[in-house]
Amino acid sequence: MKSLIKKLVETVGPSGYELKIREVVRAEVEKYADEISVDAMGNLIVKKGEKKEGGLKVMLSAHIDEIGVMVTHVDKNGFARFTTIGGVRPHTCYGSRVRFLNGTAGVIGGERLDDANHVHAIEAMYIDVGASSVEDCPVKIGDVAAFDRPFEDLGNRLISKAMDDRVCAAVLIETLKNVKNSPHELYFVFSTQEEVGLRGATTAAYAIDPDLGIASDVTMTGDTPRGMKMDVALGKGPAIKVKDGGMLADPKVVDAMVQCAQKHEIPYQLEVLLGGTTDAKAMQISRAGMPAGCVSVPTRYVHTPSEMVDINDLNNAVKLLTALISEPINLA
Amino acid sequence: MKNNEILSQIPEIGEEQIKLLEKLSNAVSVSGDESEVRNIVMEEAKEFADNIRVDALGNVLVTKKAKVDDPVRVMIAAHMDEVGFMLVDDEGEGLFKFEIVGGIDNRQLVGKPVLVGKEKLPGVIGAKPIHLTTADERKNPIPLDSLRIDMGPGNLKKCKVGDRATFATRFETWGPSLVGKALDDRLGVATLIELVKHAPENIELLAAFTVQEENGLRGARIAAYSMNPEVAFVLDSTPANDLPVWDEEENGRYNVKLNHGPAIYRLDAATLSDPRLIDHLVKVGDEFKIPYQFRQPGKGGTDAGAIHKQRGGIPSVSISVPGRYAHTAVLIARKADWENTMKLIFASLAKFNRDVLSVDR
Amino acid sequence: MTELKETLKQLISLPGLSGYEAPAREVIRAAWEPLVDEISVSPIGSLHALRRGIGPEPRPSILLAAHMDAIGLMVTGIQEGLLRFTEVGGVDPRILPGLRVTVHGRKDLPGLVVQPPDYLLEPAQRGKSVGMDHLFIDTGLEEDEVKELVRIGDLASFAQEPLELSGKTIVGHSLDNRVSVAAITYCLQELQHMVHTWDVWAVATVQEEETLGGGFTSPFELNPTVAVAIDVTFAKGPGANDWRTVGLSKGPTLAWGPNAHPYIHKKFLDMAEQLEIPYQKEYVPRHSGTDAYAMQVVAGGFPTMVIGIPLRYMHTPVEMIALKDMERAGRLLAETIVRLEVDFMEKITWDEVKDEE
Repeated sequence: MKSLIKKLVETVGPSGYELKIREVVRAEVEKYADEISVDAMGNLIVKKGEKKEGGLKVMLSAHIDEIGVMVTHVDKNGFARFTTIGGVRPHTCYGSRVRFLNGTAGVIGGERLDDANHVHAIEAMYIDVGASSVEDCPVKIGDVAAFDRPFEDLGNRLISKAMDDRVCAAVLIETLKNVKNSPHELYFVFSTQEEVGLRGATTAAYAIDPDLGIASDVTMTGDTPRGMKMDVALGKGPAIKVKDGGMLADPKVVDAMVQCAQKHEIPYQLEVLLGGTTDAKAMQISRAGMPAGCVSVPTRYVHTPSEMVDINDLNNAVKLLTALISEPINLA
Repeated sequence: MKNNEILSQIPEIGEEQIKLLEKLSNAVSVSGDESEVRNIVMEEAKEFADNIRVDALGNVLVTKKAKVDDPVRVMIAAHMDEVGFMLVDDEGEGLFKFEIVGGIDNRQLVGKPVLVGKEKLPGVIGAKPIHLTTADERKNPIPLDSLRIDMGPGNLKKCKVGDRATFATRFETWGPSLVGKALDDRLGVATLIELVKHAPENIELLAAFTVQEENGLRGARIAAYSMNPEVAFVLDSTPANDLPVWDEEENGRYNVKLNHGPAIYRLDAATLSDPRLIDHLVKVGDEFKIPYQFRQPGKGGTDAGAIHKQRGGIPSVSISVPGRYAHTAVLIARKADWENTMKLIFASLAKFNRDVLSVDR
Repeated sequence: MTELKETLKQLISLPGLSGYEAPAREVIRAAWEPLVDEISVSPIGSLHALRRGIGPEPRPSILLAAHMDAIGLMVTGIQEGLLRFTEVGGVDPRILPGLRVTVHGRKDLPGLVVQPPDYLLEPAQRGKSVGMDHLFIDTGLEEDEVKELVRIGDLASFAQEPLELSGKTIVGHSLDNRVSVAAITYCLQELQHMVHTWDVWAVATVQEEETLGGGFTSPFELNPTVAVAIDVTFAKGPGANDWRTVGLSKGPTLAWGPNAHPYIHKKFLDMAEQLEIPYQKEYVPRHSGTDAYAMQVVAGGFPTMVIGIPLRYMHTPVEMIALKDMERAGRLLAETIVRLEVDFMEKITWDEVKDEE
């Protein structure tokens, strides 16, 4: 799975501009799909299987967009001012490198600070692509870039930008490849624009109108020095989400996941995340509503250019999801 | 008495004792108006007392004679009063301004049910709805001035300014724990009642159920003066702050710990305990294999603070039952700690004689 | 009415936190079943109950929504036998120290929210209102027993028992919004003796306190003609006295603002005047803070209205309501429903409705 992850995370695809990453995903999943389509929001939707007795229409969602930046103005000296796409934190910007969709590389600089200990506000920063004028600048207003860091393999731990949520896209891809003889009608949705408000999942859920929604996204951890108080750690297994900042997982879905993990002896953790939410929230209140839940991948340094995951958690997430959708799911 | 005999005579903490503790905990006796607990004490103690009287401030002073000649005169004190509230202004429509009697952190008051007056009428201390507050506002405690006791709208003439009130907590047991309000110092009171009922025969027991400890050790002061003992032991409850520290470093400021037995005081803000008495307690504890601990030196005080300075001076020491969350609506103590406190004080009294004080302090 | 008071007291003694409403739903179901023709549960747990009208099909329908979920706490970790927790719904941390709760672990356990002494806290917290993440729940049990009985994600509900205070008031937790559920029950009881042309959907919604999930999904499924949210509103009391507050025991409120269709507002107001039911107006310039905010914009949109029951000390364990206000709300709903003509919708406009006061 490592080479798949590397391929996914190193692609540029901020919210609204997922074309490239979608093609990378499509190449991986095409031959496993019964039907494959792209909708008006750019979601890639893969249908697999038919609903058999005791089966449900299940939508699985992992988002392929990442946070990024968009040029607002290129000044006469070729410096590009920008705004953020999704939750980009100012303190991860100054000195960071970005890569535009058109391949251009740039570095984020900032105006002088009265107090060197402060963090620049977004408005006080700009992207320097090495141009000297607006005429010779390879980027213009509206151009889009993602943060740029190469993928690093530390053995068990992997570092890259965009682990959120490309690792879960990888998890869904592997699950799709592994699943055989499921009683359910499965929709693997590689969703867009999650980072700006779950927009892709909202429309995909409406169109598919499933009986059950399962998201796969990253969650944070509490295992770093003087870190947040959270009982989730890298390497202790995929996290079964109970609650996050936008959603309460359906207790029956949580129980089904817990029982599945216990039955198949897959390590797992229980997750309560104090901030942030996932595609599951959008699925839960679509149309007349549906039971929804999420299998999360613990991740350190979320929304920085160097997010860290544990390969074992990913492998176990694949095992858990595969096992879950290969059997009937009791929602009574 | 031989050790075996002493062991067999130690009063037990059984169902009857827990029921008495429950009655004491649920009773309302805010400093300055201790009548409800006083009545329970009188009722429990009078048939065992050789002498029982109530003094000018409301202390209950009990004498239980020894069965030997020239017995050493030992005072044991436990305070009957608790922290609470007094209604100070009637704003109409069932809303009352109130003041705190004794020390209670403001932050413990909000959203709590209370019982007001002799009839224990239910009321509540409410709070502004969160929706009408700002995030900034919520960082600061609600000042006492903004809080009210609400008895419900309508013409309630039954409550009036001057009435006392307490948290509406009911005593419960949760597994190994005793849970209730005012266990500081109803645990001490309950222990002292048992001592009166099963007094060791080698001492003259001067049991002082004191008033107004929470607002300045006032009852103990006059009780010690009039009883004029040779030595004094004070039974109280002290906070167990053995909670996890934010950064998960070791908690070095726990004061005392639950499950580690009665806490012996060396130094608090009011008293430097007599080391001879401390040594005696330790000796008895070791001999009888009763777990005990030392309260970390620091702030706070007990009736010993007033007692030890009376007349020509009275050697004193305090022993407390550890309890978490003192001076809030609910205190949590462990039954095992109460049992061990009972054992330690009884055995220490049974083994006490003037030799303990024969060396100079 | 005593029966309804007892049902209300029972309802506010049950847990039913957002996302976990089943215990409350079962009691509400039992109360509504004999009063309606059909009853079912939505995919996310809302209770849908239908009382058919006698008009010719296709009949217009009115949806009465009261959220049955309540706020509370959720366990996020276990440390030395004490429980760390977060909120479910909006909880002001200042009400927490000393709060009695029930922890719903492998079995129900009594618990107490506790505040560590200042010197054990970070300097920034000392003397201030302590943040929820620095507080604990103490169950009085030793660590090994706690680990067996409690896990992350378990809920803790407020343990305050209902009190009857002076002025025919009820005090307890979860009166937001179980008192509105009781008002709908009262309305259904009244309808038993009356004839109505419209269908009536009584809906106990879920997750209002967290996501308005019930408000978004039930109208999608039931497709009513008009949707009314019944929820609690701010009664005047200590610390709460400005224009956003109304009198306690002075009648239910009728909301005025973008979240309330003015024609529907007028319908209820005219009825209250005609029957001399005390009522108050509530001015809501923006978000009504109720299911109506969601219901109004579902699918093709629905005309909505908000009826409020005044409540003091909202979102604390000692919320206070006047039983009279609950009764008046239920009665106003019933009386208005039976006078809805079959062609009411044709007359409805968003045009200027004169606010006569």
